[in-house]
Amino acid sequence: MSTNGKPKFSMYWAASCGGCEISVLNIHEKILEVDANFEVVFWPVAMDSKYKDLEAMEDNSILLTLFNGGIRNDENEEIARLLRKKTQIMVAFGSCATEGGIPGLGNLGTMKSIFDTAYFGVSTENPEQIYPKTSFESQFGQLHLPKMYPVLRTLDQVVPVDYFMPGCPPEPHQIGAVIDLVIQVLNGKAELPPKGSVIGAGTSTVCDECKRTRTEKKIKKFMRIQDVERIDPEICLFDQGIPCNGPATSSGCDARCPAVGAQCIGCYGPAGGVIDYGARLMSAFASVIDSNDPDEIESILESIPDPAGQFYRFNLAKSLLRSSKYAWKGE
Amino acid sequence: MSDNPNNQFEPLILGFTCNWCSYRAADNAGLARLKYPPNIRLIRLMCSGRLDPQFILKGFAEGADGVLVTGCHPGDCHYVEQNYKTMRRFKLLHKTLDQMGVKRGRLKLVWASAAEGMILANEIEKFVEEVRQLGPLNWPKWDKPLEVVADYEVVVEEK
Repeated sequence: MSTNGKPKFSMYWAASCGGCEISVLNIHEKILEVDANFEVVFWPVAMDSKYKDLEAMEDNSILLTLFNGGIRNDENEEIARLLRKKTQIMVAFGSCATEGGIPGLGNLGTMKSIFDTAYFGVSTENPEQIYPKTSFESQFGQLHLPKMYPVLRTLDQVVPVDYFMPGCPPEPHQIGAVIDLVIQVLNGKAELPPKGSVIGAGTSTVCDECKRTRTEKKIKKFMRIQDVERIDPEICLFDQGIPCNGPATSSGCDARCPAVGAQCIGCYGPAGGVIDYGARLMSAFASVIDSNDPDEIESILESIPDPAGQFYRFNLAKSLLRSSKYAWKGE
Repeated sequence: MSDNPNNQFEPLILGFTCNWCSYRAADNAGLARLKYPPNIRLIRLMCSGRLDPQFILKGFAEGADGVLVTGCHPGDCHYVEQNYKTMRRFKLLHKTLDQMGVKRGRLKLVWASAAEGMILANEIEKFVEEVRQLGPLNWPKWDKPLEVVADYEVVVEEK
């Protein structure tokens, strides 16, 4: 393998959409600094590289790996373990790797329900009723596809992780800051934060960064944002009855969504001190409901038709329960 | 459990009480020598409004088969209206737990004043029986390697 003396960098995608990869390219000219300071040895989305090349590398020979995506199948797990062996600093990069992300919502249902939706749902044209097989006899011999696990796991539920970088995807300025830090560490000008830290995020909540004016919250009905006729540009979205996840979500994104009139959906993960993100949100949502009458409370709660999706949109796989009983029991 | 001749399932129940009403109701039941099943482990909080939904989820995740939430009657809260928040959180948790596959019968809310030892003891007894009927929850501890689904034929019905 060629070596130019530069520290090695790798990036991998497991169960993810690819947005994290785009976000790394979205750091603009800073990408040149990545190239100037690192040798990219493995990055399936950007260059041709084979798993056997990775296997041939010496253990701990890669300095930095940005791993995005959750662990949904045995290929994801195999590469996660392999990269862990080859890497000194393993970063769970983006929501899926840190807390399950959108693919983690698959933990609400059974594998059958996932297959039904993916291959036989109304949005899929599949007249021949084709679905993947884990092994297939072709004219070139037996071919294999990865086997799925009944639930999705986060990266740190499978291998030890050094740092967590939340975001769906992580914001460019946060990625840039982390890359700057690593380069400074390489030059002996800074020290790495303690292992296990969340990097590239703030220490407070989205509400703290949000410029909107907060009043006392008294909510009679939660409304989907598309059903609101006119969104007040100054007042807190939550005060207007729009289910905003800001109160439990870590800062670090500069509250970009509420700033443009879209509610926070929680992609930056739990704020400091929050153990179960969804539970914290349930606590917050229940507190602001303006009723003490059991029946009225029931009817107000009906305006949250999908509580698990609302409160655990990115965090289900990392929550205390991790998955629904339907998923882990398979029925 | 030592006294278990029928070898029946003994549920593990987590019970949260508030300092001002339901804990005193439990105390009252004890003073009156009222018996209730030993399946319940009571934890005292200052107020049911202190009960963070995280505690309940942690209970289920770590082996509880049922969780009983108790507090002062509506209108009687020592902290004016925190038990109304408990009621709202409880209802919201029920909805969320539906999606997680945890039956509503495993999470119950009971109001008991300091004088209602008898009512609390009866409710505990009833709840233990209800959870016994539901059977063990056995939420996974995630300490064993997961098994892959080796063949998708088993999850996809013949189309």
